[in-house]
Amino acid sequence: MHVEEQFTPKTWPEAPEKATLEGKNKFLGFWFFLGGETVLFASFFATYLALKDKVPKQGDLVSTDLFELPLAFIMTMVLLTSSITSVYAMYHMKNYHFKKMQAWLLITVLLGLTFLGFEIYEFYHYTHGLGFGYTHSAFSSAFYTLVGFHGGHVVFGLGWITALMVRNSKRGLSLYNAPKFYIASLYWHFIDVVWVFIFTVVYLMGMV
Amino acid sequence: MENQQINSGNARVDYEYRRRRNAEEMRHQVISFAISIFLTLVAFGAVLAGFDKWFVIPFILLLAVVQVIFQLYYFMHMSNKGHEAPQLFIYGGVIVGFATLLCFLTIVWI
Amino acid sequence: MSSIAQKSGFGATVWDFMTTVDHKKIAILYLAAGGFFFLLGGIEAMIIRIQLFVPDSGFVSAGLFNEMLTMHGVTMIFLAAMPILIGFMNLVMPLQIGARDVAFPFLNSLGFWLFFFGGLLLNLSWFLGGAPDAGWTSYASLSLNSQTHGIDFYALGLQISGFGTLMGGINFLVTIINMRAPGMTYMRMPMFTWTTFVASALILFAFPPLTVGLFLLTFDRMFGANFFNVAAGGNTIIWEHFFWIFGHPEVYILILPAFGLFSEIFSTFSRKRLFGYSSMVFATVLIGFLGFMVWAHHMFTVGLGNIANAIFAVASFAIGVPTGIKIFNWLFTMWGGNIKFTTPMLYAAAFIPSFVMGGVTGIMVATAPADYQFHDTYFVVAHFHYVIVGGVVLAILAATHFYWPKAFGTMLNETLGKITFVLFVVGFHLTFFIQHFLGLMGMPRRIATYLPGQGLDTGNLISSIGAILMALGVIVLLINIVMTSVKNVKVGNDPWGDGRTLEWALPSPPPFYNFKQLPFVRGIDTYWIEKMEGREGITPAEPLGDIHMPNGSILPVFISFGFFVAAFGCIYRTEQPWGLAVLIIGLVIAFGSMLLRSLKDDHGFHIPKSELMSDKDKGVRA
Repeated sequence: MHVEEQFTPKTWPEAPEKATLEGKNKFLGFWFFLGGETVLFASFFATYLALKDKVPKQGDLVSTDLFELPLAFIMTMVLLTSSITSVYAMYHMKNYHFKKMQAWLLITVLLGLTFLGFEIYEFYHYTHGLGFGYTHSAFSSAFYTLVGFHGGHVVFGLGWITALMVRNSKRGLSLYNAPKFYIASLYWHFIDVVWVFIFTVVYLMGMV
Repeated sequence: MENQQINSGNARVDYEYRRRRNAEEMRHQVISFAISIFLTLVAFGAVLAGFDKWFVIPFILLLAVVQVIFQLYYFMHMSNKGHEAPQLFIYGGVIVGFATLLCFLTIVWI
Repeated sequence: MSSIAQKSGFGATVWDFMTTVDHKKIAILYLAAGGFFFLLGGIEAMIIRIQLFVPDSGFVSAGLFNEMLTMHGVTMIFLAAMPILIGFMNLVMPLQIGARDVAFPFLNSLGFWLFFFGGLLLNLSWFLGGAPDAGWTSYASLSLNSQTHGIDFYALGLQISGFGTLMGGINFLVTIINMRAPGMTYMRMPMFTWTTFVASALILFAFPPLTVGLFLLTFDRMFGANFFNVAAGGNTIIWEHFFWIFGHPEVYILILPAFGLFSEIFSTFSRKRLFGYSSMVFATVLIGFLGFMVWAHHMFTVGLGNIANAIFAVASFAIGVPTGIKIFNWLFTMWGGNIKFTTPMLYAAAFIPSFVMGGVTGIMVATAPADYQFHDTYFVVAHFHYVIVGGVVLAILAATHFYWPKAFGTMLNETLGKITFVLFVVGFHLTFFIQHFLGLMGMPRRIATYLPGQGLDTGNLISSIGAILMALGVIVLLINIVMTSVKNVKVGNDPWGDGRTLEWALPSPPPFYNFKQLPFVRGIDTYWIEKMEGREGITPAEPLGDIHMPNGSILPVFISFGFFVAAFGCIYRTEQPWGLAVLIIGLVIAFGSMLLRSLKDDHGFHIPKSELMSDKDKGVRA
């Protein structure tokens, strides 16, 4: 199967992301990368848990002073929804419906941007409103690093998906770019998986 | 499921089968989505209800783990065939991550 | 890009090496750069030993001594041992599994250039205010207070190099899983491929904690964070844990490929297949797994408590078991074999007692109560040099001889090789054996000098003389390399005569596409099977056809250079007005180059069948 071959929905392969050797390699390589990222985020969580509420003196801001559950809930719902919309995008990719895939990817990106907007508002409120800056305490450094790294991954993921959408808008689907879309969506799901733990460990456990 | 050879000899039948199978997978994924929302609501509810923290913390962690398992297995297709190596390495990462977490919860403060 | 029409000349060769994605050329880059850093680390060691030659020495100041011992450790482990081993894994593993390249050739190149620029960044610190001086372990409270920018160079240099290593690990894993030739099941892979596989899994899981630790150090030193700042609620033990959760698997990342190399050498020069192959595979995997469970044995005296100490002590004892299995299997491989003591085999023979000595002192330091006596003394220095030099360095020297023909098409001189061997091994034992006793007599680690009349004078003198012998051995090796390159006598595909595995079936060096036809693998020691049946080459698994190969690219150099520039911006951000701008420009270069890579379609090129049929096996231009 030559990568630039033209297909119809009927001739499009089973699992287009793994129909070429390059696709199989990218698929496996990216899952391994996610295994490494699992350890990376576990390490940030471990640091956060060790330094949770560790402040220089009594009265400094701790988790119960800061987090608002309604905001965390909305952000969770937005990101979770963006995960299912990317699943829809992959469903259309499997069925060789390029335009529908692009549409669902666009929705995913818009939801991701919404999530980011809320997070930026949240950080702005903490730093400018409450005086809870990065250098405030060990707890603040740990919080911003953990949640910030996740946010950084969101930014990178949005850039990645957007670049793919733009790059392939004229090319359509092929066996060369199907693996690219697939692993970008794996990345996006992984970010949502990490967020599940963030809202549980940081926001929920912080308000208990 | 992903790598199964679908070959009934009739291209139209294969195609129909694939379309239905993809649609069925999509249904599984929407159900996973609904379950994830439900688990999230329960977790938030448990905290807002103000139960004792020795119950709430293990409970919400358990809910998080269950939700992640659904997302890994359904959104990320880890349940499908051809995912043995990914499973091995994700669990490997989980084991190392868990050892790190355990360490930081127990032997970091003297 | 056709294989045949290549420009010659210095400029063309430089461009070729800067844009190559060929695993064999990248291996040569790794070996050359790693070799250079090995010499640098050796000079740093010589300065240490000259300083400690006599008591009350003023050869270097205490501050400079601290920089020397830090950089000796960092250079040897991160910039010499790891890259050289990765170089061998890059060179040999794809050939051993019957593949034409690794799974991600572009990433392979990127991994090298990231390592290179990270190492360059780290060593520029010598000229920019001072090298890092808090030990290769850079413990948080000390390193936070280091006055120069040395520690900043340490954090960012290792971070950049570390990304490269992580990419290499993923690359090797995917190559081994997806690209084995037909008939090569997992249990028919050569031992060196198995150890590459397990070491790559260790890289995947061990480097993220280092990444996190280095980020925390970077944020504390350069961005005002408080992770390790006790006054703000921080905790310095966090650094130690992250460093050793990485650091212990790191030494297994070093030793497992060394074990793999020795497995190949033992079986080749005993003319006998490796004894106990399945148990060797099992032992390798077990060592890899247990390697993650023992890290706090570097922290017995921190005060983690008796229960933690006991758990980690027992786990550390357990690792000795699979290692012992391997030692016995090598001995049984030799037993009854027709042994030929070539230079690689001499190194292998010296490795067994040397490494075992290091292993038994390892058991001693793993005994938590006893470690209170050994910790931070020269006893520990003796232990780890015995396992690292006796294990990893001897393997590297052996493999340099063993695989030189496969990389360059010439053979290193055996007589000079044996001279190096004698000088180096005698020097090694002279340097480090006495250090066990210096440690037991109470000489602490990392001290710039010692008082006379403490009982330490003679031991240090002997140790420094040993170091001189090792240096002489290395110089003879350099002479050997130069002479061989000048004479340029080409050898055939199996110059040792006893090759057992697939790489020896290919010309020395192989053509850039490795195999004209992918080989059909019929069992362990594939080439040996074919030889015993009287055939010339390997049974092919496919008919002759077009070969698909990847294109070269200059982008890996740009991506790495971008991060290199950004690091400077990060280090000087708070004290120079151009700091932030340089940081941003560097990141734009790096991410912009990545974007450039993604925007173009790159399908590689095809070597047409006609070229393969008429081609008389052109070698790699090295």
